[in-house]
Amino acid sequence: MSASHIDNPEVTFHPDHSGGTGKIWKIFWVLSVLTIIELALGYFLYAKHGELSYVASLSTKSVIAILTLAKAYYIVSVFMHLGDEIRNFIMTIIVPLVLFVWFIIAFLSDGNSWKNLRNTSAGSRPNQVEQVQKEGAEKK
Amino acid sequence: MGSTAIPAGTKWWSGGKSPFNVNYGKVMMWYFLMSDAFTFGAFLISYGTIRFSVNHWADPNHVFNSFPFAGHANLPLAFVSLMTFILIFSSVTMVLAVHEGHQMNRKGVEKFMIMTIIGGLAFLGCQAWEWTHLLTGEHVALLTDGTLGVIPTTVKMNPWGADLDHSTMMSALQKTSHEGLVAIASTLHHGAESVHHNLSGLTNQELISQISASGLHATHSGPIAFGGYFFGITGFHGFHVFSGVVINIVMYIKTKLGHFDQRGHYEMIEKAGLYWHFVDLVWVFVFLCFYLV
Repeated sequence: MSASHIDNPEVTFHPDHSGGTGKIWKIFWVLSVLTIIELALGYFLYAKHGELSYVASLSTKSVIAILTLAKAYYIVSVFMHLGDEIRNFIMTIIVPLVLFVWFIIAFLSDGNSWKNLRNTSAGSRPNQVEQVQKEGAEKK
Repeated sequence: MGSTAIPAGTKWWSGGKSPFNVNYGKVMMWYFLMSDAFTFGAFLISYGTIRFSVNHWADPNHVFNSFPFAGHANLPLAFVSLMTFILIFSSVTMVLAVHEGHQMNRKGVEKFMIMTIIGGLAFLGCQAWEWTHLLTGEHVALLTDGTLGVIPTTVKMNPWGADLDHSTMMSALQKTSHEGLVAIASTLHHGAESVHHNLSGLTNQELISQISASGLHATHSGPIAFGGYFFGITGFHGFHVFSGVVINIVMYIKTKLGHFDQRGHYEMIEKAGLYWHFVDLVWVFVFLCFYLV
């Protein structure tokens, strides 16, 4: 038996690593193709700059983001061998990262609301202070 | 998925065995990487928040459109694609090194570790070129004092605002000093020294008419936070690449000295590999947030 073994009684079984390198090269091509599609879409955004509607440009960007998540999945699952670990362990890594879903929604919408305030009179701070003072004076 | 069958009814939590079926070192590497993912995630989300909060953000296709030795050719996405493929390829050589480690093939591990180290150094070289190009760039932009100036991309300023309309540009040129006008006019000639000398002899009005006749592309100064976020996040990532290269060099030396053969396994290569793949993983997101969208 030539395969390596970590002499640790706490490790119950070892994932089978006797396979060839075929899967590694397959994932290399998958990552390359996904990157090329991303670049093509990025170039499409550049070439059509200013011509695309808000929805069209947002959906192109969303497709690029989804392709990025696919790349991340292949890197973590195959290159980092997380897919070979047992379910208990995978869950302790993946579940905390779900927090990102909320972080992204919360902070980006906060940024967006900041912009909307900036573009309306309500966002101009001195005015707001004056208005509050005026309202306070009227109440008295 | 590994093909080894898990014994049916294994009680993972009854003691005497790792409930995660991995060694301590590997568990801790994964948890370190998870915490690092939160650090990078916080940086990128903060960048996104600021970007969403302003009306105009730098267009990556204008900022990153250069390629070494290509002069002033407009090549959006080209250089960063090269950097991305370098990192993907070095990730493949790393996973091949881990594979050779599983087979206890020392020569194979050495070969692929060397290739991974070269890939990392190539990436760092690309990043050094990119930063130098931005920090020494010369772009004409409207400054806060209402004059036009030639500025690079730094953490304090950048020229990546919206395009300046002709009348604003002309009135800004009228306010610009003689030295400022000479600097702007010499960018039209790509800064050749002899041209610069001749330009100094011209009057302001001669310089202004030369500049306006050239169809000069001038912009508003860009969002102030752009430089800090770009250099901060790509710098933090670049520092990870650098430490990854150092770790890989240490692993190469330990392989060469036969330490892992004596130990009977190459798990250290796996742990170094986890770190290296993480660096590639972060780049995938940096690539998305700074260059693609």
